[in-house]
Amino acid sequence: MSLGTSIVALILCALVTYACRAAGVMLSSRVSQTSEIFLWVSCVTYAMIAALTSRMIFLPSGVLATVPVWARLVICGVAIVIMHFGRRNRMVGALAAGVALVCTYAYWFQ
Amino acid sequence: MKYNHRSSSYLTLFVMSLKVRLAHVLHRRTALKRGVRDAFGSPMLVLLAGMVAYGSVAHQQGFDPWVTSLGSVFIFALPGQVVMQEMVIAGAPLISVVLAVLLTASRFVTMSITLMPQFQHRDRGPLLYLFVHLVAMTSWAVSMRTFPSLRAKDRLPYFAGFATAVWLVSFPGTFAGYWLSEEVPGWMGYGLALINPLFFLLSFVELRSRTSLVAVLLGLILGPVTYLWDPTSSLLVSGLLGGTLAYWGVKVWGRGHS
Repeated sequence: MSLGTSIVALILCALVTYACRAAGVMLSSRVSQTSEIFLWVSCVTYAMIAALTSRMIFLPSGVLATVPVWARLVICGVAIVIMHFGRRNRMVGALAAGVALVCTYAYWFQ
Repeated sequence: MKYNHRSSSYLTLFVMSLKVRLAHVLHRRTALKRGVRDAFGSPMLVLLAGMVAYGSVAHQQGFDPWVTSLGSVFIFALPGQVVMQEMVIAGAPLISVVLAVLLTASRFVTMSITLMPQFQHRDRGPLLYLFVHLVAMTSWAVSMRTFPSLRAKDRLPYFAGFATAVWLVSFPGTFAGYWLSEEVPGWMGYGLALINPLFFLLSFVELRSRTSLVAVLLGLILGPVTYLWDPTSSLLVSGLLGGTLAYWGVKVWGRGHS
């Protein structure tokens, strides 16, 4: 891997990523917020983002892969319960609980 | 006398229009400030953690610090950055690196299509081509949640404030992660890696629309399944399949029950 290759790859990848964003702007000019197409496209987007999220949890590429699946599921479950029943600042609370749990697990078992 | 009267009424009209204009600008400024304020807190923390974790992994794999950090600024999409880094290190041909990144970036097409129509008609000009670079998972999820409670004309300033604030942490976050990778204790890395997917998972809990919830559930199931089948097209396939099934299923279900 040479530095030149990485730089060219960076420029090309930045360009194609921006092209996707710009294509969205271009296509959106004909879409109204109340149309059926808008509803379908937002369903597709939610499904894509959910797919990415679940892949990052079930098939992670980094250190998370060394945490057993059941532990990952329990940690996410606890955070979801806090998020569902929490009141003020529930996102911060739920995130903090999840991070604290996974750090504790790593501290004791890894 | 008549002339005077008319000129004074013109003056009143002028002052009134100035006041309206000023109120408009001030209101938009308030929306922009609210966006910046909302960015501080969990969204910025989540993005920072993701960037720090990415930077430290890039250091361990021997990737260049500048290419790594500038990637966060100009690509501003972690899954794409990770794919690019792994494939370049593995020595894959440039064309396949670009195609793989293009497939992971395909979600931005639909993310922008769903965000842009919510802006006021007057704001939907060429400036959007600048702001659209700031569309990412965090800014999209927060905007979709907040926009319904904002007036249409306040949405673009809110988005600009929020997304710019979040985008500005990407470079320092990645750079710091790169150089601190040996200082960060191992157990802390687990928290940094989890916080990103956890944030997205938790933001689904706040969804109120049944159709979106069904789409999310199908996406959660299809994501890992399609990834095991074919990693590069996984996102696109699960999005199209899960989203269409949810849209069509809820429509048919609603028709049967009405």
